[in-house]
Amino acid sequence: MTTESNVAADAGAKPLSGLKVLDFCWVAVGPMITKYLAEYGATVIRVESSKRPDTLRSGAPLKDDIPGINRSGYFANYNANKYGVAIDMRHPKARPLILKLATWADLLTENFTPGTLESWEMGFNDLKKLNPKLVMFSTSMLGRGGPMEKQPGFGAVLSSLAGLTYITGWPDRDPVNPYGAYTDFIGPKFAVASILAGLDYARRTGEGMHLDMSQLEASLHFTAPFMLDQAVNGHEQARMGNRDPDAAPHGVYPCQGEERWIAIACFTDQEWQTLAGVIGESGGESGQEWAKQDRFAGFQGRKENEDELDELLGQWTAGWDSRELMGFLQERGVAAGVINDCSDLFTDPQLTHQGHYVYLDHPELGVYATERSEVTLSLTPGRLNRPSPLLGQDTHEALTEVVGLTEEEYQALEAEGVFI
Amino acid sequence: MPENQDPSQHLLSPYRVLDLTDQRGLLCGKILADLGADVIQVEPPGGNTARKLGPFYHGETDPEKSLYWWSYAANKRSVTLKLESERGRELLLRMAEQAHFLIESASLGYMDRLGLGYDALSKVNPALVMVSITPFGQDGPYANFKAPDIVGTALGGFMWLTGDADRPPVRVSSPHFYLHGSAAGAAGAMLAHTHRALTGQGQRVDVSCQQAVARTLAHAPQQWDVNQVLLKRMGVYRQTSGDNVVRISWPCKDGYINYSAGGGGGGSAASTRALLQWMDEEGYGDEYLNSVNWEELGYGEMRAELMVRVIDPLMRFFSHLTRAELVEGSVERRILMFPVSTPKDILAHPHLEAREYFKEVHHEELDESFTYPGPFIKDMQGGRLGLRRQPPLVGQHNEEIYQGELGLTAEEVASLQSEGII
Repeated sequence: MTTESNVAADAGAKPLSGLKVLDFCWVAVGPMITKYLAEYGATVIRVESSKRPDTLRSGAPLKDDIPGINRSGYFANYNANKYGVAIDMRHPKARPLILKLATWADLLTENFTPGTLESWEMGFNDLKKLNPKLVMFSTSMLGRGGPMEKQPGFGAVLSSLAGLTYITGWPDRDPVNPYGAYTDFIGPKFAVASILAGLDYARRTGEGMHLDMSQLEASLHFTAPFMLDQAVNGHEQARMGNRDPDAAPHGVYPCQGEERWIAIACFTDQEWQTLAGVIGESGGESGQEWAKQDRFAGFQGRKENEDELDELLGQWTAGWDSRELMGFLQERGVAAGVINDCSDLFTDPQLTHQGHYVYLDHPELGVYATERSEVTLSLTPGRLNRPSPLLGQDTHEALTEVVGLTEEEYQALEAEGVFI
Repeated sequence: MPENQDPSQHLLSPYRVLDLTDQRGLLCGKILADLGADVIQVEPPGGNTARKLGPFYHGETDPEKSLYWWSYAANKRSVTLKLESERGRELLLRMAEQAHFLIESASLGYMDRLGLGYDALSKVNPALVMVSITPFGQDGPYANFKAPDIVGTALGGFMWLTGDADRPPVRVSSPHFYLHGSAAGAAGAMLAHTHRALTGQGQRVDVSCQQAVARTLAHAPQQWDVNQVLLKRMGVYRQTSGDNVVRISWPCKDGYINYSAGGGGGGSAASTRALLQWMDEEGYGDEYLNSVNWEELGYGEMRAELMVRVIDPLMRFFSHLTRAELVEGSVERRILMFPVSTPKDILAHPHLEAREYFKEVHHEELDESFTYPGPFIKDMQGGRLGLRRQPPLVGQHNEEIYQGELGLTAEEVASLQSEGII
């Protein structure tokens, strides 16, 4: 689907129009979940503690490296389209206000350490008395219940507990973590499907529920075949660098320029023959007859001589521009892809075609890029059109116009210092 | 099977899914199945290509023994159907009339060529939600590129950031490219379902796995967009911003652990303090590190000159303790530390054990039970989701579905069988 057709189709309704979300999520995984909801039309009221704002607000990049609570591009990406409300959660009048918001909401989302909401007497059992149809979604690293439920942490290390670090890196070296808070980006997809299933159930039956996602347990579905291999066969998967048991060559090879790389994979002899033919034709000064050698003709031979194959192939790719080589090989039916760096992503022809980055104008960041969802709905596409909120930016509008506090009620709370 | 309530009362019980995907899309239907939907895997006669993927039960390369298939087909039913035949096509359209979702991961244009594209499907069932999982979406300059995992993961930007600085970028040694897209497909399916539930209108959901992977890069793209800082792969270290690097992965006495020294909120400074205190207690204390004002550092901030001072004292401390000892001490002291776990460790993890996460699934054909990962989410009021069926054998539910539910006669089924259609 092209970006243009999205815009044209977007005149209509959005699938989650009318869905009311009270959002206490913070840092990465939670806000990423509620961003999907906001992109597809839900009204998401993101409540922050005015005394302890979202940690991600101080997360790099801060625009021009100047400190400021509203200058983080990290925060801005995950909080587009949401209303920003700031409340002093420890204020005695905060609780009745939150209870009122929970009565307004169809869905409450949170990723505090398990037990935090309960300690404020705002746990699911308290809230469902006021709003029996409420769906509550909680997520934490290890889930509610169990000896380590309160163990603090973040996704960067959770990838190790989920078995992902152990299988990432070179067999002759220490394992390395998959980049970033990797598990934070696995869970949200499971979460969005589950939340919408819960809301569907509540709509059908009138009965709310509390769903709780352990990010570890969701992430283990990405390694399920290895878990079964261990459980069934007692066999342990090892890290293999870029190798694959079913393909040769299968790796990343240098190209012209600094830190320019291409991934190439041949799963069949035919793919290899095509590649070998290309290598032969383009021989040039280095004489590329090696690719025609019998020892590389069959899969077995390529596997047995894989180190040398990788070495020779790397010498050949080094003479190429990476993008040109990708196009050249793909046209001929050989799987190849450049290693996009983070600047390349913004000019990648396919991502650009998909409208992957949406540009919003933010009062302190200026125009910044936020990622749209990876799903395109033909009839009701999502739309990102509000930059992430400044801290407390929408407190008045959200509480009066959206939730329906009277102006007097709002003023009274403000005078008491609930919003400071 | 486990603690689940009546399976007809699960979150998505009223809904039927036709799952035409191969290994590139199986997880999407698996998520809907775990949430309670009736997911029917429509396999080509002879079985889904995912059944050829290892690892295998006892290494036996048998379509009923692929652990990859088991992982992502449990909770589904199976029929076989040759879509590349007129009668097969008709039968699928008949099934689509009564389905709520159809998921596919075929190459671009393939469904259209079979006469089973969105136009044909929506004609028989305008309320149908069709989910298509492809590497790059339905059109665009890369749309017809070949994209095995390593190519897709490269183009999604993930590999650039992963691996040792002095070697080429690496992927995770298991394919994730399509898993990201498939999981997102389940989210997209439910978004479209919500619209259908309110309006009766179905639609097409087009998933790009490249976009899904490009969304896993934390703040790295924003570093470029906002401040034109290009983050790089740093092996066991991680660049947090500018010159700030922090070591994440550390060797210990019997393997590896993850620990990230740093300051600021989110428990980070407190965690660093707690570790330094522990080192003191065991005679590994470091005066300089004790004197650093961790509380004043930003979240994840670690200046290069400080990192240099951190390495040796921590290495010394970690190398005299095992993973188990380090983890036990960390839980007590609320230190942000985790073991680099192997599958064996995970299967025996006390927290997962206490939560009864892993489930025993009995396979009738082998008369044996196996340990499966449990639900990815918990329903705190009971079990209105979860594992309830073993992965299906090839065409195991042909009779049940074709005769029992679609109303074909035994003769019709027999004739389809003899023609090789089912």
